[in-house]
Amino acid sequence: MEVYDGEFITELEGIARKIRRHSIEMIYEAGSGHPGGSLSAADILAALYFHIMRHDPKKPDWPERDRFVLSKGHAAPALYSVLAEAGYIPVSELSSLRKMGSRLQGHPCMNKTPGVEMSTGSLGHGLAAGNGMALAAKLDRKLYRIFVLCGDGEMDVGETWEAAMLASHFKLDNVTVYIDRNKLQLDGPTEKIMSLEPLSDKWKAFGWHVIEINGHNMKEIIHATNEAKGIKGRPTAIICHTIKGRGVSYMEGSLHFHGKAPSKAEYEQAMKELGGDSK
Amino acid sequence: MKWKEESQRKAYGQTLVELGKERSDIVVLDADLSSSTRTADFAAAFPERFFNCGIAEQNMMDTAAGLAASGKTVFVSTFAVFGTGRCYDQIRQSIAYPNLNVKIVVSHAGITVGGDGASHQIVEDLALMRVLPNMTVIVPVDSPETRKVVKTIAKLKGPMYVRIGRADVPSVTDDSTPFEINKAPVLRDGKDITLIGCGIMVSKCLEAAEELTKHGIDARVINLHTIKPIDEKTIVKAARETGGVVTAEEHSVMMGMGSAVAMTLVENFHVPMKRVGIPDVFGESGACDELMGKYGLTVDNIVEAAHDVLKRKK
Repeated sequence: MEVYDGEFITELEGIARKIRRHSIEMIYEAGSGHPGGSLSAADILAALYFHIMRHDPKKPDWPERDRFVLSKGHAAPALYSVLAEAGYIPVSELSSLRKMGSRLQGHPCMNKTPGVEMSTGSLGHGLAAGNGMALAAKLDRKLYRIFVLCGDGEMDVGETWEAAMLASHFKLDNVTVYIDRNKLQLDGPTEKIMSLEPLSDKWKAFGWHVIEINGHNMKEIIHATNEAKGIKGRPTAIICHTIKGRGVSYMEGSLHFHGKAPSKAEYEQAMKELGGDSK
Repeated sequence: MKWKEESQRKAYGQTLVELGKERSDIVVLDADLSSSTRTADFAAAFPERFFNCGIAEQNMMDTAAGLAASGKTVFVSTFAVFGTGRCYDQIRQSIAYPNLNVKIVVSHAGITVGGDGASHQIVEDLALMRVLPNMTVIVPVDSPETRKVVKTIAKLKGPMYVRIGRADVPSVTDDSTPFEINKAPVLRDGKDITLIGCGIMVSKCLEAAEELTKHGIDARVINLHTIKPIDEKTIVKAARETGGVVTAEEHSVMMGMGSAVAMTLVENFHVPMKRVGIPDVFGESGACDELMGKYGLTVDNIVEAAHDVLKRKK
């Protein structure tokens, strides 16, 4: 197991905090959006864009780049935030989220935003699209990898499992899927709406290498990804146990903030909790 | 009239193989129907560039999108009924909206599927595809034109829908007939009325035109192979010069080719018009000819519609 020094991990955690701050600010300014699922995914995104992926924000079309597909497109604020922090778009542009004429659509649009690899928003499409990229990589004998982030609600979608079958059938060991297992979907707890457990066994039965981690622990995210890179002949699913709304006390584990912007008072409190003042 | 009857599917399969030899960026996906759609020919020639996705059309469309986003020219095939309605969201979200280079070439469209019945006879696919922004919609008239369509669209970027049937169809064109997307060829000139057909109905329009000469009527026949973008110029010119239009399609009259022509004429040049096509009903099992008769897709139906339009012209 690789050892990472504390300072490096603290740095990544700082990026994740920025993603959370930006996400809340953007959603507050837009007056709508999905804070809960943006916050649960922030640590995974920070690790991907600031450590794991080979990419170049100055060359979004670099053919050798690793690809990231945000299958849970409603976490767009978190994606835009990490793209801004990485340098794909100016941080100042984040406040244009969901506004007329903006490059930052409510859900990711690959033809508008540099760094967005696939247009998503309708759930359950991302893994299959990622598989297509992975097949292309294999055909072209390229070494780039594909990382897909799915919400656990997307495990309801039949196509997720069609894609899971395809990836293992074609031995797509260049695909890694992170499942943001925050255990809440719009209408309620995932186990109440549509039982997913035993989720890990399901992915294993579909031929995947499966790792379960704490999706808010930077070291675990990195170690699991390194393990995935070493697995040959089959794809890897990393079930990331997370907390919806992570980082803002009143949003944590709350259904209320799946798809709702915070009020002014809530926004100010969130900024305080995420370190630093509100604008 | 006697034309040679040939398979559009066979033409598609053979052309794919030709393209595969010329270009390494071409990949083909199918959903467990490759022996019927004839993508099996490509699979045999280029197994590493063919992906059978199993009976999972939604997954197939998104996988195609990912391949296209990585620079591949992707042909996706299955039956028309499964390649449109069953995966409409995938086509909309991941192919049409991002404007990706995916060519959806589907077979077994319309009621000429025959015995399989209504579950397999899609009569609304043109409607579904027409309304998608960025989508080009083509119905090749016959086997030679199918070859040209496939070669042409392989060179063009963007999402495209190509509809072919199961049955062998009369070859009203040959290899030397020019083909250009968005340019509807006039197959027969005439001054009294215009018959606009697509796909299998074009040969019936030509036969109807012959029949009409017996009544002293000189009919123009247009092969409207590209439904979208539509060749407004040729349609309006024909309406202006002949004063009446009949459309004929193996599709629901609700929102297919005839509707597209009607919309064009309403906004540009009003003439009496009649749409020949499948009424607003589902099909059923039967032999091709029987079904064409029952659902109003015969030469007589076109002739009758022409007389009706001519009556209203006066």
